[in-house]
Amino acid sequence: MLERVLNNLRGIGKSVVNGIWRLGYASAFFLMVLMRSGVSFRRPSLTIREIYTAGVLSLIIIVVSGLFVGMVLALQGYETLQKYGSSEAVGTLVALSLVRELGPVVAALLFASRAGSAMTAEIGLMKATEQISAMEMMAVDPIARVIGPRFWGGVISMPLLAAIFSAVGVFGGYLIAVVLIGVDSGAFWSQMQSAVDFERDIVNGIIKSVVFGIAVTVIALFEGYDAPPTAEGVSGATTRTVVTSSLAILGLDFVLTAFMFRGV
Amino acid sequence: MEKTIHLWVGIFVCAGLAAVFVLALKVGNASATYSRGGAYTVTADFDNIGGLKVRAPVKGAGVVIGRVEDIDFETQRYVARVVLKIDKRYPFPKDTSVSILTSGLLGEQYVGLEAGGDSAMLKDGDTIKLTQSAVVLEKMIGQFLYSKAAEGGSK
Repeated sequence: MLERVLNNLRGIGKSVVNGIWRLGYASAFFLMVLMRSGVSFRRPSLTIREIYTAGVLSLIIIVVSGLFVGMVLALQGYETLQKYGSSEAVGTLVALSLVRELGPVVAALLFASRAGSAMTAEIGLMKATEQISAMEMMAVDPIARVIGPRFWGGVISMPLLAAIFSAVGVFGGYLIAVVLIGVDSGAFWSQMQSAVDFERDIVNGIIKSVVFGIAVTVIALFEGYDAPPTAEGVSGATTRTVVTSSLAILGLDFVLTAFMFRGV
Repeated sequence: MEKTIHLWVGIFVCAGLAAVFVLALKVGNASATYSRGGAYTVTADFDNIGGLKVRAPVKGAGVVIGRVEDIDFETQRYVARVVLKIDKRYPFPKDTSVSILTSGLLGEQYVGLEAGGDSAMLKDGDTIKLTQSAVVLEKMIGQFLYSKAAEGGSK
């Protein structure tokens, strides 16, 4: 009995220490990527290729979900707002919720599951098939050559994807509110424009998406780099990437929102 | 292969930047502030500004002609000093009066300008003398109740 309790306690201690160790390792990894990212800019074609895999290939899912999120927001918003006789404010509702929150957050969640998981699987498999060790043998720094371009590719793609998501979402809201329901188009745009501030809303949204981009790519690359070189290890790392980066996005979003919109 | 990838990345980056521009100009109000001609600033002192905020619109006859640039508390006479930034295209006479108004019953507050008859125009840095403070709803209700009570008493 006592033995079992002690074993459980040891298990908890072990997982805590392991978690802190991994956090430290991940931070050191992040610094290392930043310091050795010179190659990513000296050979831009490497980075461009990664922008293609992380950004361009995520474009379809981002555009489609942005459109639908905007349309659903308009439908739901109209439903409630018309009770108060201010259905024109649906444009404000759609634009503010997209630009401030849903654009960066949903785009980052999609990006984590679309591009982040692919990054982890790719690097984990490179490690499992000893391509990374082979590079080290040839005196090619794998962090500079493999990790760096992927990091910058992800960080550059993420804000662009979030901006496209928001813009397409606003268009989706326009389609539903103005074209389908028949809200006055002038009032729709003018109320939106008087409510959305460039610095307060749009710039803050871009800052959010940059932070999420850094968080997602670092988590994805680290999980891949740290994955045990087995089939099981790679699959576990891929799952962990999606779970950890989704939680990181939501947690960071709360912190950033608390800083940006404290109501002052 | 490399060529097409570069092309696609170029299209992607352009689309992303275009989205930012659309958000800034069509969704946001970056375009609404001060067009080409620049702007001039004037100050006005109010006894009470109510809920007026920085960047609130300045309107003449209901048309947005500028923005509230800054709000400060002046300790010489204990009044609120409001700095208005008005588009250069809209000159106003020197005896213009300003008042703080509310759009709708419970809407946002804005600054309304009413032109006077002076032939001299307001210049950059001038102060507007004729001001009318914001209506504070609580005070108005209080006055109303007070007058009702007085009416009841006289009967």
